[in-house]
Amino acid sequence: MTDVGRHPKIKLHTMSEVVDVEGYVGNFDVRILKRARYVDEKECTACGDCEKACPVVCPDEFNVGLSSRKAIYTPFPQAVPSAYVININECLGHNPSVCAKCIDACEKGCINFHMSDEEIKERVGSIVVASGLEPYDPTELDEYGYTRFENVLTSLEFERLVNAGGPTKGELIRLTDRKRPQSIGFIQCVGSRSIRKGGGYCSNVCCMNTIKSTLVLKEHYPDINIKVFYIDIRAFGKGFEELYMRSRRSGVHYLRGLPGTVEELSDGSLRVAVENTALGGLEFHDLDMLVLAIGIKPAKSAQKIREMLGLQLTPDGFFLEAHPKLQPVDAATRGVFYAGCAEGPKDIKESVTQASAAAARSIRLMHKGEIITEPITSVVIPEQCNSCGICAEVCPYNAITVDIKKKTPAVVNSAACAGCGTCAAECPFGAITMNHFTDDQIICQIDAILEDKAQEKALVFACNWCSYAGADYAGVSRLQYPASVNIIRTMCSGRVDKKFIWHAFLKGAPVVLVSGCHIGDCHYIDANHWTQKRFQKLQKRMEKLGIKPDRLQLEWISAAEGVRFAEVMNKMEKIRQEVSSQEIADTIRILKDRKISSLK
Amino acid sequence: MFDVGRSSFKVKGITMEENVAEKISIHPGQAARIGVYVCHCGLNIARTVNCGYVAETVSELDKVVVSKDIAYACSEPGQQEIKEDILEHGLDRIVVASCSPRLHEPTFRQMIQSVGLNPFLLEIANLREQCSWVHMNEPDAATQKAVTLVKMAVSRVRLLCPLAGERMPLTKRTLVIGGGIAGIQASLDLADNGYEVILVEKNPSIGGKMAQLDKTFPTMDCSI
Repeated sequence: MTDVGRHPKIKLHTMSEVVDVEGYVGNFDVRILKRARYVDEKECTACGDCEKACPVVCPDEFNVGLSSRKAIYTPFPQAVPSAYVININECLGHNPSVCAKCIDACEKGCINFHMSDEEIKERVGSIVVASGLEPYDPTELDEYGYTRFENVLTSLEFERLVNAGGPTKGELIRLTDRKRPQSIGFIQCVGSRSIRKGGGYCSNVCCMNTIKSTLVLKEHYPDINIKVFYIDIRAFGKGFEELYMRSRRSGVHYLRGLPGTVEELSDGSLRVAVENTALGGLEFHDLDMLVLAIGIKPAKSAQKIREMLGLQLTPDGFFLEAHPKLQPVDAATRGVFYAGCAEGPKDIKESVTQASAAAARSIRLMHKGEIITEPITSVVIPEQCNSCGICAEVCPYNAITVDIKKKTPAVVNSAACAGCGTCAAECPFGAITMNHFTDDQIICQIDAILEDKAQEKALVFACNWCSYAGADYAGVSRLQYPASVNIIRTMCSGRVDKKFIWHAFLKGAPVVLVSGCHIGDCHYIDANHWTQKRFQKLQKRMEKLGIKPDRLQLEWISAAEGVRFAEVMNKMEKIRQEVSSQEIADTIRILKDRKISSLK
Repeated sequence: MFDVGRSSFKVKGITMEENVAEKISIHPGQAARIGVYVCHCGLNIARTVNCGYVAETVSELDKVVVSKDIAYACSEPGQQEIKEDILEHGLDRIVVASCSPRLHEPTFRQMIQSVGLNPFLLEIANLREQCSWVHMNEPDAATQKAVTLVKMAVSRVRLLCPLAGERMPLTKRTLVIGGGIAGIQASLDLADNGYEVILVEKNPSIGGKMAQLDKTFPTMDCSI
């Protein structure tokens, strides 16, 4: 930790949050909000004089509320940077008549109440997301009595209680009577492996953390009675089984079964009722203290970071990697990498491994000092451009400029263009072409699908980042859906031009689905808003023309929603079966009478 | 609708040394010589899809010069075979019917580039994730669908244009969001390699959850 503080190449911003990210791989422009510390970070020597003078006593977050700190404090002795901080919401204020005792106490004059929050702008080439985790809050698991009984602790509270730097200087005590407990129970999988409460996934670290705690306890207090209530012990890592065996050999009782209820006895001890599934009987165990091995939840900041960087989350709320096996560190957004629990629950060794991998992936990207842009961008055909300005309006990246007054053709800044293709879909004059996804390149695929037995086909447009990846995920999960489904990939659903839909119906398509990322999740900021608008217009137009609007569907399917993808495909098949050949023939007749360009 | 061969947008932003399109002059839809490779992926595809039938059916399509099924297109011998065909038959566009393009598109782009083709003259038909694996109980329907998917890819590849990206300057700095153990390790590795790091932590100190732990497994030493 101290290496980070000292390293000449690392600029550390604590009390800071990333509030906005613009740009793209190689050159991201980042805005960071740095909250005021009210103590000069460089001058403060952490002598502690201010703390002694401060009259405000508050619960200490670092010790999860098991001890107190002042309103001016250092989070913990080894903190980096080694400087005090004022929680301004707790502080009585700097008006001398109110308090300001710390200012008087600080000989070096480091305290400055006029400090204000600062906005910092940085340009970077790559981003490592290591936003961490949130420990599971067991309040909802009322059967364990965490909120009702003082001697029921979370594993994190227990960590502080046995830590030499903790509130008791490492002396294990019971919270109710300050006596050393003679017996301790550990309940595993609290908030893990339960779809009902917490999360359905395994949190990876709780088994080993409990085993470690039992070993530490047995080392300090050989006579202590320890019982571990578990479903399975997952000691899968290198050296883990050995630790588990050591724990068992040292006399720790492992009981298979999770307690149903916990009651408090008159002396503050706890009676645990558990069905021992190994022996097949209901058992009661009286214990002085109970520790809940809480699981790992995604960090609260994950949603915000996801929005800023255009990332995806799994249904569990952790960040979704570009590929679960082959690119486990990369985000689907180029230039963004994951490290640690942000991507999924993991222990320290795995976090360190992934962090080193993220650094290596980042260096691999940056070492040449230049980057070759994706050529999948839009290009204006100047002769066809009427300078109407629609393209500039719909571009999520402001990459297109048009001078409407001077009537000069639109110009695409290809460095800023990310290649969603919304402009090409919206241009009323066909004056924009999308490299690698031109109208012809897409329409020829529609024709290939529908040239034979069109009535038996369901045509699906899927965006590369979400719904196409969702289709892949359905495949990886071997979820079965009807073979009538044929997928055309575009980079973004925003590319799906109205004329593609009309063309498909003209060629006899019974049903067409447009699918993309969920609103708010679009890989191209908000390009899918235009998809939605276009879809609504299309359905209205279909209704007016006498074509059943249901035959065109719009669905948002994320990369992680393989199950949903398969469900939607089954739904499409049902709709398809309801479309009669007469209807299809009528549609073809209706559309043949009009020019598709007039339907734009 | 427009003529795909228009020079005004055929090739965009090509840097001088990268102008592959000029080296191999290609007129979309005219002189196309297409090679189609239907990958078995062991049994992943071949158990459900009749790959030989697919390859044979699409061999009759316009501009398809070579069409064959292949055990593992991504393997070294598989890639070698395709590269040899490109040189021997003067192929200028390739369709690989295999796994998802999200997996091996970069592999096959590199492959065709290594024998002088523009990497964008490749199209992948997704026969595994979006066909054989999702229609496992309907081999006939899956095979028919595979034919359609490959036909789509062939029609598309005919119209593809060579493309090349632009070289852009890059900022050799990394933003690390979060100063827990993962953020610390990533920052140190980057910084020790000479890269500037901006480490952003929302709390007053780095260390994260790890700093709160007493001893850590498997070494049983302190966490800080």
